[in-house]
Amino acid sequence: MANIKVDGQLVEVPDYYTLMQAAEAAGAEIPRFCYHERLSVAGNCRMCLVEVKGGPPKPMASCAMSVKDLRLGPNGEPPEMFTNTPMVKKAREGVMEFLLINHPLDCPICDQGGECDLQDQAMAYGVDKNRFSENKRAVEDKYIGPLVKTSMNRCIHCTRCVRFTTEVAGIAEMGLLGRGEDAEITTYLEKALSSELQGNVIDLCPVGALTSKPYAFNARPWELLKTESIDVMDAVGCNIRVDSRGREVMRILPRINEAINEEWISDKTRFIWDGLKSQRLDRPYVRKGGKLLPASWEEALSAVAARIKKAGNKVGAIAGDLAAVEEMYALKALLASIGSGMTDVRPAMSGIDPSMPRSAYIFNPTIAGIEEADAIVIIGANPRKEAALINARIRKTWRAKGLPIAVIGEQADLTYTYSYLGEGLETLTDLVAGNGSFGETLAKAQRPLIIVGESAVSHATLGKQAGRDTIALAAKLATGSNVAEGWNGLALLHNAASRVGGLDIGFVPHDGGVCSADQIALAGKGELDVLFLLGADEYDTSAMGKAFVVYIGSHGDAGANRADVILPAATYTEKSGTYVNTEGRVQVTNRAVFPPGDAKEDWAIVRALSGAIGKPLPFNSLTQLRSVIYAEFPHLARIDQIAAGSVADVAKLAKAVIKTKSAPYGSAVSEFYLTNPIARSSAVMGECAATAASLQQAAE
Amino acid sequence: MRAAQFVNTLLLTELVKAFFLTMRYFFSPKPTINYPFEKGHVSPRFRGEHALRRYPNGEERCIACKLCEAICPAQAITIEAGPRQNDGTRRTVRYDIDMVKCIYCGFCQEACPVDAIVEGPNFEFATETREELYFSKEKLLANGDRWEREIAANLSADAPYR
Repeated sequence: MANIKVDGQLVEVPDYYTLMQAAEAAGAEIPRFCYHERLSVAGNCRMCLVEVKGGPPKPMASCAMSVKDLRLGPNGEPPEMFTNTPMVKKAREGVMEFLLINHPLDCPICDQGGECDLQDQAMAYGVDKNRFSENKRAVEDKYIGPLVKTSMNRCIHCTRCVRFTTEVAGIAEMGLLGRGEDAEITTYLEKALSSELQGNVIDLCPVGALTSKPYAFNARPWELLKTESIDVMDAVGCNIRVDSRGREVMRILPRINEAINEEWISDKTRFIWDGLKSQRLDRPYVRKGGKLLPASWEEALSAVAARIKKAGNKVGAIAGDLAAVEEMYALKALLASIGSGMTDVRPAMSGIDPSMPRSAYIFNPTIAGIEEADAIVIIGANPRKEAALINARIRKTWRAKGLPIAVIGEQADLTYTYSYLGEGLETLTDLVAGNGSFGETLAKAQRPLIIVGESAVSHATLGKQAGRDTIALAAKLATGSNVAEGWNGLALLHNAASRVGGLDIGFVPHDGGVCSADQIALAGKGELDVLFLLGADEYDTSAMGKAFVVYIGSHGDAGANRADVILPAATYTEKSGTYVNTEGRVQVTNRAVFPPGDAKEDWAIVRALSGAIGKPLPFNSLTQLRSVIYAEFPHLARIDQIAAGSVADVAKLAKAVIKTKSAPYGSAVSEFYLTNPIARSSAVMGECAATAASLQQAAE
Repeated sequence: MRAAQFVNTLLLTELVKAFFLTMRYFFSPKPTINYPFEKGHVSPRFRGEHALRRYPNGEERCIACKLCEAICPAQAITIEAGPRQNDGTRRTVRYDIDMVKCIYCGFCQEACPVDAIVEGPNFEFATETREELYFSKEKLLANGDRWEREIAANLSADAPYR
């Protein structure tokens, strides 16, 4: 620890602190452009100048000078720094004048206007007269992909974007070329950035040089209604802020949550919003004579009720990737009331068994816990596509500690180096036996992290045993003899927001029900009369035979095409829904806008349907529904907390006998930008997918 | 004092004075104007009907910065913006002023960084229906085209004092 006086106030800070951190600890605010606490220190904007006593007799950049760099006084007095002396003010005004020399005066047409660091700080340190009478510098705008719009005249060369893309996103595609007046931020080749985290440079850019292309000129920050919510594009559950105006979602921004997404979000999360406005189901439809015709809610509900009454208990339900806990619970209760236990939230032939304990299907070490791991094995997953933020966290840990990482499955560019072991269950069996150099590394590891992806757990052709055996083998890896006490290294990486929540409330086959693949097979054979698709579009809709398909969802996608009745529902920005992320953390989305047209919240549709059948469910409001859920599953009431899985359960899993000899592993996500119905409706996501494909082609 | 009052009353001085006053105004020039055919003086700062101006080359001035919408105390202005189809510049898609809500405070023209929205000298835009007072972008631009000469003259007359 070191003592330092900040503006006369004595504070004690760790001696590795920079002057800026010390000032923040003392409550003094220091303006900055280039410094960012999650990126390396560049020290090139010079806005954070302070005066020091015990150091050089000139203004010092507080972001780049450490507290221990300062000398003590002759009698051992603590060093001093000043953040508000005339010298500091003059120095910062000088820096600001230099920055404004070349910064265009186009705030009225700049999308950053109203939320711009330069604008704000110019209010405090700007001089109203311009002493520079030459021409301003002009820089050509660069093309860096369909998401980020550049306006390079505005750039102040803070290099935050360069540092973010190289350090966090792991792509060395941006840089600063030239010096002095010729300095330019560029991607060298005028090619699109290949990162799935590139949208974050928009937030990082302190001026309007990098702005959002889809959101260009659409709205001003002051006219947006901000709603704090949760993302459902993947199972990470990133914390987001939904900005809306009237009935439209205008943009999505990240919120800081150190335990999950720090302050980044993936491009799919950020730019999905145009998909919320297109291809929407805004009124009920009923199929008559082979054609889907618009109908009223009464007609649609009575059509479904009539079929259910005829079907007896031959009714199934499959929940899709975006379903919230509330509607799954309501649908499960509806099916239970007619004596059916055919519910499923898992992909086809998933090895996750309903009888397994919670620790068998959650990301036990937690996302923040990745940083404590000392060896990582990724089995049948491409975390970069399936959970971009988890991949960023692995990369952060890899950069900080250089820990050994191995991959079994798809050999893809994950932005960090790893040893590639093989592509199937044989390799995993080999690793469990301790063979190979990585087997030895892993045997020594005290905190091994075993990430198991959905492609390793669900084998459509091999059946459920292959998946079960994969989990058992992974559990064996996670419970080696050297593993530290209390460390639970088994990490199931789901890729749908609904999965863990559905498994938690038992939206899986029960009381004689069958799994999703078998439900579809039964429907194909004509032995299942009514099939509910709760936003489920990732299943084979052509194989559902003559079953009466009821689609409850928001977008006109595969499921809605096959449906006999469409009941229009709300998306995650239009309802308050509980989601459990892959680590088992319970989070709740908030309603930012209202659903379009006649669409209603999903649970309310199920409740109305139960009334039409004549077996009303025991809740009339979201609050009542939640209290019913919380009574049955108390851990869901603890918002933003994780009900941890037990280590003993993992040890028990590890004892299973392995019956499968070989199974291929890959990645469950082939097209990062098109994984769910909202993304497939989004023009921006379509453009991204096309750009990614052309980049891929160019690379090959 | 009493005597003077008495004389005044006796000679009807005040009455006679009043007669003279009446006669003076009877023969002096009339301030009343024959309104629809004659008009009074309007200050260059007069805040009348709104107009959206253009540059001399015909390009609309408004750049959709939304500052007028933000400052409008009556929230009478509604703007939707986006990149223009042909050149991608920032333009309004919709620029509506609800003239029924408007309180003619002139903040919008104060806020405008490009002198696009102005309150012109025209005050004769009474309508028979309420709907006609919901001004659209077309209407405002047409106003600008019609009143450009007067608006430009007013702005230059007021420029030294700004």
